[in-house]
Amino acid sequence: MTAASPPEVLRAPLVVEFPFTRSLGPVQSAFLTGLRERTVLGVRTGDGKVLVPPVEYDPVTAEEIRDLVEVAPTGTVTTWAWNPSPRRDQPLKTPFAWVLVKLDGADTAILHALDAPGPESVHTGLRVRIRWAGDRTGAITDIACFEPYEGKTGEAAGPHEGRFADMVTGIIAPARLDYTYSPGRAQTRYINALSERKTVGERCPSCHKVYVPPRGACPTCGVATTDQVEVGPAGTVTTYCIVNIKARNLDIEVPYVYGHIALDGADLALHGRIGGIPYDQVRMGLRVEPVWTEGGRYPDHYRPTGEPDADYDAYKELI
Amino acid sequence: MPPARDVAIVAFAQTDHLRHTDELSEVEMVMPILHQVLSQTGLKTSDIGFTCSGSTDYLAGRAFSFTMALDGVGAWPPISESHVEMDGAWALYEAWVKILTGEADTALVYAYGKSSSGQVRDVLTRQLDPYYLAPLWPDSVSLAALQAQALIDAGDTDEPALAGIAARSRTSASDNPHAQLAGARPQGEYLVRPLRTGDCPPIGDGAAAVILAAGDRARELCERPAWIRGMDHRIDAHSLGVRDLTDSPSTRLAAEHAGVFDRPVDTAELHAPFTSQEVVLRKALKLDDSVSVNPSGGALAANPVMATGLIRIGEAAARIHNGTSDRALAHATSGPCLQQNLVAVLEGEAQ
Ligand SMILES: [Zn+2]
Repeated sequence: MTAASPPEVLRAPLVVEFPFTRSLGPVQSAFLTGLRERTVLGVRTGDGKVLVPPVEYDPVTAEEIRDLVEVAPTGTVTTWAWNPSPRRDQPLKTPFAWVLVKLDGADTAILHALDAPGPESVHTGLRVRIRWAGDRTGAITDIACFEPYEGKTGEAAGPHEGRFADMVTGIIAPARLDYTYSPGRAQTRYINALSERKTVGERCPSCHKVYVPPRGACPTCGVATTDQVEVGPAGTVTTYCIVNIKARNLDIEVPYVYGHIALDGADLALHGRIGGIPYDQVRMGLRVEPVWTEGGRYPDHYRPTGEPDADYDAYKELI
Repeated sequence: MPPARDVAIVAFAQTDHLRHTDELSEVEMVMPILHQVLSQTGLKTSDIGFTCSGSTDYLAGRAFSFTMALDGVGAWPPISESHVEMDGAWALYEAWVKILTGEADTALVYAYGKSSSGQVRDVLTRQLDPYYLAPLWPDSVSLAALQAQALIDAGDTDEPALAGIAARSRTSASDNPHAQLAGARPQGEYLVRPLRTGDCPPIGDGAAAVILAAGDRARELCERPAWIRGMDHRIDAHSLGVRDLTDSPSTRLAAEHAGVFDRPVDTAELHAPFTSQEVVLRKALKLDDSVSVNPSGGALAANPVMATGLIRIGEAAARIHNGTSDRALAHATSGPCLQQNLVAVLEGEAQ
């Protein structure tokens, strides 16, 4: 047992990326399909206001609203903000103004980007028009951006059926966020020890349980685990399952066995693959040891040690 | 209508708020302040009737991070526990309601945020309307800047006035040992015009914890409990183009329901991450110059996202605990441009 010393901080890039598939309500469907067809639709509320972009329910009364009207692709800036350094996924790659624009015929404003040479050329009240994207799919990005426009006011609002050929009924919204992951003190110590082919848990000073892998706190006592304790290398299979489905990006033949393994000296079982034995011969109580691969920073899998099986009573508290 | 039970904040603790805490996992960051509020009151985890936390996995990109953080509470034998994917101020609201219903007499509330792991301006775009806003990735500073320009156009403020709010807040933070930015500093360049770096909150990591208790239990645990006389939260329409960005009707309504306007407050801790948002809140809450606004420095001095609102309530309570305030307002916000707002009124008994 050794006292914990401050470890070097580990860091690794972490990318969280997910495409959200979202269905559209009837009003959103008409609006986004309309954008694909260079037509901007709004929706009329019970008190006669035209909302652009349109929503399914009145934001004040919660009344269902379905009365669509077409508004002009021209409008007036109601407020703006100059963005000198566009971020990765924003509408324009060069400096631009964020704007809220009240389109002619609408009573509310839509948020988008305005392509302008500099902040001196933007002001509240500026007249603008939509610049359509070349490739339109039925999304808010079918509006590439707004641009300053000194021509005449667009056509006034008129009723619209909201029907187009091949209506858009859903969108796929990709999202990517980039992080730098750092695991904290306890897990850093654990990972550093693993790279020396040692499994090091941490002991709770209150209940004396040894946690592997450690997360920094004893979840029973709510205090920091303090002492590092080397456990294993051998351990006992406390329970297991047979995996018959091949995971994506995982180069392991099915069926294989995934188990809970209580390393000798640990008070918590960790997870690991069990190999070096036919899948249908793995059993509770089987004694196993880690198998390291060249350059691997954690055990590739666990294999039988050849010792006699452990007594059920020896590991039943760890199942 | 007065609350059904007398409930008070009896302890408050917060971490030092730092630009980076790479050496700490979330539970390692949170655990020390949980221990602090417990030791302030002499309570053990097993004495707490209800535990509620506020955080979001998106900030640090760690799935189910709140269950990991719960390790720091000591949740065995099983405890009565809940979590909100919101600022901890809303966790406190849930805990308050739990005590009002009589289901608990004490509650532990905590919140944490580790913004340093990601790009918080981008992360916050993921809370926006997924159809019309999120695909454009309008970041939190840009949306606040649209609101600031609307205020300037309306004649409600100007850049020198905003700079004054920044300087006053960070000067006040000189007395706050936990603040990330203490002491006035130059306003800097435009981040998104009209907002300069100085108009925006620092990015950083931190956590806070509070203990609530009812009636005589509160008096046993704290010399001068901060009694919650009222608390309410309200929301404005999601679409920015529908709202009047120079006003905050939801803040005013929450304040009415919380009883803010019944009698003057002497202190207000406002959750205004951007200088321009203090202008909106002062108007909505009818605060005049007699009120000490953000004596802690507010969100402009430390902004651990998800904990900043809870810290406003904790800071207001701490001033009642130490006798510098008799009646304080605490406010928390969530969403773009002050979309959702919570207002609480705290009072100390006559000294
Ligand atoms: Zn323990």
